[in-house]
Amino acid sequence: MSKAAKVKISTFLRYVMLVAVGFIMVYPLIWMIGATFKTNNEIFSGIGFIPKNPTLEGYINAMRSYGGDIDILKAMLNTYSIVIPKVIFTLISATITAYGFARFDFKGRNLLFAILMSTLFLPQVVLNVPQYIMFHKFNWVNHSLYPALIVPALFAADTYFVFMLIQFLRGIPKELEEAARIDGCNSIKTLWLVIVPMLKPSLVSCALFQFMWSSNDFMGPLLYVNSPKRYPASLFVKLSMDGDAGFDWNRVLAMSLISIIPSLIVFFLAQDTFVDGIAAGGVKG
Amino acid sequence: MRKKNFRKVMSENAGFLFILPWLIGFLIFKVYPFGSSLFYSFTDFHLFNHISKVGLFNYADIFTKQKIINSFIITIKYAFLTVPLKLIFALFIAYILNFKLKGVNAFRTAYYIPSILGGSVAIAVLWKAIFKSDGIINTLLGWFGASAVDWLSEPKYALLIICLLRVWQFGSAMVIFLAALKGVSGDLYEAASIDGAGKWRQFFSITVPIITPVIFYNLVTQLCQAFQEFNGPYIITKGGPRNATTLISLLIYNNAFKTHEMGLASAQAWVLFMIVCTLTVIAFVSQKKWVYYSDEDGR
Repeated sequence: MSKAAKVKISTFLRYVMLVAVGFIMVYPLIWMIGATFKTNNEIFSGIGFIPKNPTLEGYINAMRSYGGDIDILKAMLNTYSIVIPKVIFTLISATITAYGFARFDFKGRNLLFAILMSTLFLPQVVLNVPQYIMFHKFNWVNHSLYPALIVPALFAADTYFVFMLIQFLRGIPKELEEAARIDGCNSIKTLWLVIVPMLKPSLVSCALFQFMWSSNDFMGPLLYVNSPKRYPASLFVKLSMDGDAGFDWNRVLAMSLISIIPSLIVFFLAQDTFVDGIAAGGVKG
Repeated sequence: MRKKNFRKVMSENAGFLFILPWLIGFLIFKVYPFGSSLFYSFTDFHLFNHISKVGLFNYADIFTKQKIINSFIITIKYAFLTVPLKLIFALFIAYILNFKLKGVNAFRTAYYIPSILGGSVAIAVLWKAIFKSDGIINTLLGWFGASAVDWLSEPKYALLIICLLRVWQFGSAMVIFLAALKGVSGDLYEAASIDGAGKWRQFFSITVPIITPVIFYNLVTQLCQAFQEFNGPYIITKGGPRNATTLISLLIYNNAFKTHEMGLASAQAWVLFMIVCTLTVIAFVSQKKWVYYSDEDGR
């Protein structure tokens, strides 16, 4: 066999592999989309994704409110009233912290940086119980403004983002900042006028990840949100699944799909940023 | 004079002032809970009662009660099954994607979507629909004449299904591997192929050693995550059948927030923390043996 033929065959095999794995990866999602347009009788009668008698029944029922207190749209509104402040607060606090660590020398800096890094590995499970007790005392549990979920973001609680920004800052030369200082900018002005514009791409990637992770967050709301009218989408979908599974799958699947549509849109608009962001965190780390 | 001093103090400590918000948050939301959790773990603290006993009894329970021991064993099984499978898959696919093939980006996206959505409840719901007794997996098995399997109510399979949900989300590890593979210089492969090393040989003797730092990073982060897995068992199997998927974080949740045994839950969390710590330390110590850091990296 010639070398060219060998190369062709191995390329072909690679494509077969990629397509096969890709199909397994994505088919569940495609099936899910199809299933939301099927009748409940049809959903589990085959494995195809194209509905025989397309119906909007699932979606119409998905819009139905639950016990009068909440429906999927309201739940999503709740989700984003947690997610959006959380993203904004995280960006601000993580940038300030990263700036302090990456550009200044002060007493105890190395020790504090080591502590910052070690919190990356601190399991949340250990903190859940005492944090709950603390937030319970603060009266933050089941609060209408979700402080238990949002306030920690003001203090750069998700240190992963601080770490990511520090990595990016290290790659940015300091000359511009020095020039700004000579021009009379103090460090706050420098941060705002020089650092933030340069960090923009990495800030976008932090914002996207925080958006995804907080939209998906289930444990947080499970602990700190009790009344259905305040449920974010993650809790609401779970509630409806427990209530309806067994008979009303098109409704449950339609609701699930609706709940991830914003995330899907954000992902497709910004997929390169996601890929670059996660790669940067891992490889440089 | 005083003002000048103030300025001087400010400029010397500007960095500290910038990190101060994080430090305050760290003390309030991490250190204090961390410490109090250790204290609670030695007490019979109950959310609605005062502490009446202090001692090692929670830890004694953990090491003697079969239900708790089982939960730890299941968690270890889960982690040791999920993490290697996920990493092997991620590395293998990243390796194939790294050949200059057309349409790589489309495949990369396809593989990455499950990771980005996988944490959501929607995907857990989907997983349940796929693996339930009349779900599409069983329909598919039926085509091949195999009999249906009760994936979610058979103890020996249920844990596997929970693992699969995470293995299916190998995308983020893959993206990290892919970025690392792109950094491996082509010259090395060229030299190796002149020496007659085949593709597999090249993979194991060039690619893998060079990207060990990234393998290490992925291993540690994935282990930490796996030991804390909660959503899958909570949403899909509720810890059943017969506690076969009651991973430790689910048991902690049940103890703390269903029966309000905060003391016991804290002790369990600490034992979990110790296990994760030990594994991380083992990983860090052993990295001298297997992780290759190039000098130019300066690490």
